[in-house]
Amino acid sequence: MTSVFDFIFYILIFLSVYVQVFFFITFIENRKKIVIRNGKIKLETYPSVTITVPCWNEENTVEKTINSLLGLNYPKDKLKIFLIDDGSTDNTWNVINKFKDYPNIKVFQKENGGKFTALNLGLQYTETDFFGGLDADSFAEPESLVRIMSFFEKDSNTMAVAPSVIISNSKNIFKKAQKAEYNMGVYFKKMLCFLGAINVTPGPMTIFKKKVFDDLGGYCHGHNTEDMEIAYRMQKNNYKIEHCNDAYVYTNTPETTKKLYKQRLRWIYGFLNNTIDYRKVLFKKKYGNFAVFTLPMGVISIFSIIYLFSRIVYNLGNFLYSKIIQFETVGFSLRLKSFIFDPFFINTQTFMFLIFSIYFLIFFSLILGRKMAEGKWGLSLDMLYFFPVFAIIAPFWLVRAIYNTLLQRKPAWR
Amino acid sequence: MNNNIDWKKYLIVFLITVGLFVTAIYLSNYFGNQKINQLKIIQDKIAIDILSSETQFSLLSELSCKSISDSVFSSELGELGSKLEWSETNLGNTDEVSYLKKYYSLLQIKDYLLAKKISSRCGTKSAFILYFYTTAQNCSDCEKQGLVLSTLRAEYPELRVYSFDYSIDLSAVNSMLKIYKIKDTELPALVIDDEVLTGFHGLIDLKNHVQESFKLQEPVTKKVSIP
Repeated sequence: MTSVFDFIFYILIFLSVYVQVFFFITFIENRKKIVIRNGKIKLETYPSVTITVPCWNEENTVEKTINSLLGLNYPKDKLKIFLIDDGSTDNTWNVINKFKDYPNIKVFQKENGGKFTALNLGLQYTETDFFGGLDADSFAEPESLVRIMSFFEKDSNTMAVAPSVIISNSKNIFKKAQKAEYNMGVYFKKMLCFLGAINVTPGPMTIFKKKVFDDLGGYCHGHNTEDMEIAYRMQKNNYKIEHCNDAYVYTNTPETTKKLYKQRLRWIYGFLNNTIDYRKVLFKKKYGNFAVFTLPMGVISIFSIIYLFSRIVYNLGNFLYSKIIQFETVGFSLRLKSFIFDPFFINTQTFMFLIFSIYFLIFFSLILGRKMAEGKWGLSLDMLYFFPVFAIIAPFWLVRAIYNTLLQRKPAWR
Repeated sequence: MNNNIDWKKYLIVFLITVGLFVTAIYLSNYFGNQKINQLKIIQDKIAIDILSSETQFSLLSELSCKSISDSVFSSELGELGSKLEWSETNLGNTDEVSYLKKYYSLLQIKDYLLAKKISSRCGTKSAFILYFYTTAQNCSDCEKQGLVLSTLRAEYPELRVYSFDYSIDLSAVNSMLKIYKIKDTELPALVIDDEVLTGFHGLIDLKNHVQESFKLQEPVTKKVSIP
């Protein structure tokens, strides 16, 4: 029985190493194509863009979100802003209503129907060739839109461009860990972009050609991850999604374990269920790396993390059990044994070296992510927080997401 | 749309991953062998120590009990025991480890015989426990017994515990099993002053036995030291 578990263990380690090496090789291949532009850029033409801000009980952050849009370095007459109150029960409507007199802002109020319905309302009134959303807890950096639009100018086949979603200020350890994770996300997203295999067009400021929705229809519920579902639909129809790594959008992250747990449960549940919905694309050559790498990689990662975590918990349980037996048998011994470090007892089994290589590559991703998001090389404390925070909590939302998927229980938004 | 799959890249990544696996296996074997060698070096040292003590003892005979100090007892037996135990669970190279374990058992028997001889002739305060356990089947009592013995050993430096795996298949160990009539159904089993105790024995129980063993030696000590 042990050998079966060991066999599964080594298969999962092999696949995890494979995924990390795949990203690393993609980086080596494309490293010269990663450009970080400083300062302002100019476009030949400035196409009109509509940005919709769906709001549901966002009275605290929405004003800052709107101001960030008004502060964008983009011609004001080319930027339409739709503020949509999706049946908020707090003061959101009054806050957004203050902006109704701006010539390029339109405000809407509707019954609560979910974020995708608010975005669809925005789409319904959109008359421009480009459309995007901006979550009401996120803030666009002034140069972000013009940098995103430069990708459309460069390649007419580009149908959507995702920005780099990062965290601006992080006060507690919890947020710092997420900051490192978001930075790493920038690196992974860029690599997926090189592979033509992006599977999420994030709610904060992904800009689409309106044609995408004219051709493929509006947003769907998508298991509460409408920004993932639309990306899957685009990939299924071979629509090109780009990532503009130097277009920064700052987002608010959950500040408590409970909120983070709920958010990630929603994301992973969305990933699993959208993947199930689009299972027919899996491993089909015509859908490219999205079908052969991104989706299988995501599923493998979920199972690997859960399996490794279970193994650690099992070993920890065994250790504690042996300590309890020791206590019961000989009591608590105050006599401290002289502890001399002996390298003989360092575990040098094969899997230790492999896990070390996985950690090394993840660390490398964290460093590159930081460089791409903050322009700084080197280590940061955030990275140190990342490992314990995510290693301990992530398995719980992963297990719960699988459990919910099996029992068809839909997680709440917040 | 970038939907062309670069199969060559998938293959290259596969080969790199296989390469990493091969490297990891190589490193693991390399360090495993280093550890086996380290164990061999310790065993050789113990063998020399015991042989040297035996020779010294034969040469000087009873006349010079004073010159027989604690140093004749090899202090590395305990270290070797714990390293072998660790290696059994953590090193894949089981053939090598079980060979070393047999050698270790022999060294323990030799050490036991020598220490007992020195103790009885020179009256050094000491007690001996022979401990038989099994690794062939799940023996939770053996694990507990091991803990009790470790605690006892820490408490009484004069106590020497020799542990033998019932399933080791070594003629010298088999002879001891025959002498003390120990069966695999009665493990763990302990031998203190030729008395065989089977099943688990707690700390207090064994402490009494050890102290009893020390007392037994006292008259012997007097006899020997005043010839």
